[in-house]
Amino acid sequence: MTVLELRDVSKAYGQGAARVEALHEVSLTVAAGGMVAVMGPSGSGKSTLLTIAGSLEEPSTGEVLIDGAPLSRMSRNDKARLRRRTVGYVFQDFNLLPGLTVAENVALPLELDGMGARKARRAAEQALDGLGLRDRASRFPSELSGGERQRVAIARAVVGDRRLLLADEPSGALDSVNAEAVMRLIHEACKRGVAAVVVTHDAQLASWADRVVFLRDGRVVDQTAPLPGPESLLTPGQTP
Amino acid sequence: MSVRHALLALLSEGPKYGLQLREEFEARTGEVWPLNVGQVYTTLQRLERDGLVESDDDDDGDAGPQKGFRITPGGATELAHWLRTPPDLASPPRDELVMKVLVALRIPGTDVREVIQVHRRYLVQLMQQWTRIKEAEAESDLSLGLVVDAELFRLDAVIRWLDAAEGRLKRAAADPPPPASMALPRLRRRVGTRS
Repeated sequence: MTVLELRDVSKAYGQGAARVEALHEVSLTVAAGGMVAVMGPSGSGKSTLLTIAGSLEEPSTGEVLIDGAPLSRMSRNDKARLRRRTVGYVFQDFNLLPGLTVAENVALPLELDGMGARKARRAAEQALDGLGLRDRASRFPSELSGGERQRVAIARAVVGDRRLLLADEPSGALDSVNAEAVMRLIHEACKRGVAAVVVTHDAQLASWADRVVFLRDGRVVDQTAPLPGPESLLTPGQTP
Repeated sequence: MSVRHALLALLSEGPKYGLQLREEFEARTGEVWPLNVGQVYTTLQRLERDGLVESDDDDDGDAGPQKGFRITPGGATELAHWLRTPPDLASPPRDELVMKVLVALRIPGTDVREVIQVHRRYLVQLMQQWTRIKEAEAESDLSLGLVVDAELFRLDAVIRWLDAAEGRLKRAAADPPPPASMALPRLRRRVGTRS
């Protein structure tokens, strides 16, 4: 079942001679449980693609559909509700609120959506549990390591019944061990049915995805073939 | 990978049979490098000839499956020396991919960025497969985890080079440098290429 669909999405900034096209007729489909990585150099349009997919920005032309519903026909309130309920965001610099505890940070999107504090807290603890962070629930972000902060950000992005996870260089600020842990968590969220789009310039992260789309100068120029089984690497032709 | 030194390493734990050596070699390398029985016995014969291992029955030349081998003091010294000898990383290998990109630059009408992308896609696909292995098994198997990490870092380095090459091409297209002819021969003279 398709969770996110971009249909011929273009985005231009500025006018006349100063006009810059950040995205050009990009089409992309992500199904429930699917993980797509978007790879490209800086300035290729990766972040624009993500903000448009998450309804934070509107495309100049083209259409974005989430769970089959076109964003162009939604009111501002509808979109705000969608962002609170359906879409989770993970950014490179974590974006946790420093004055709130870990559990409060994770519960925040649910409370903003009108859920009672106690119920939201329970859901937050459940999400933290799943990421091995239960004992950090009452700490403040400043008391955590970078890897832990990003795991909290992922808990916040998947808390409740979120179906679409959008991540922008989610492990850009982390060492390789923590970066891998973050990608494992996103991958596990996908196994539970979440659809994820991860934009990155890092091939090690992108290789966790089922499909890698290559973006260059705002255009999708290429994508990987469906994955063969791992046995193709473990039997290099030589029979014992 | 030196089969010779891998066998010495396995024998440094105690005497073993040929078949046992093969099984242990494959297990310790995460089953990524298969080894056939013939290779094992040929290598053992050479090690024995060089005085680095001894077999149970030196009178009987038949290397049957029940013949045991053990390391000699000379073998242990050789193994310790090998462990500490850096592999040759000083001279750049003749990298086929680097050659292809350099050649692509010189063929009129070739879209070098497209050539780069073909290789980038292939490498990312390989990395996806290794990452699946890591996800499935590498956590529980230390040797396999190390081998998979090595492959991922190696492939990642090649992709980074392709990214850097593309950036360099883009800058060069915007601000063309003076024609640099014969770049390859000059480079070879400067650093020497392993033959």
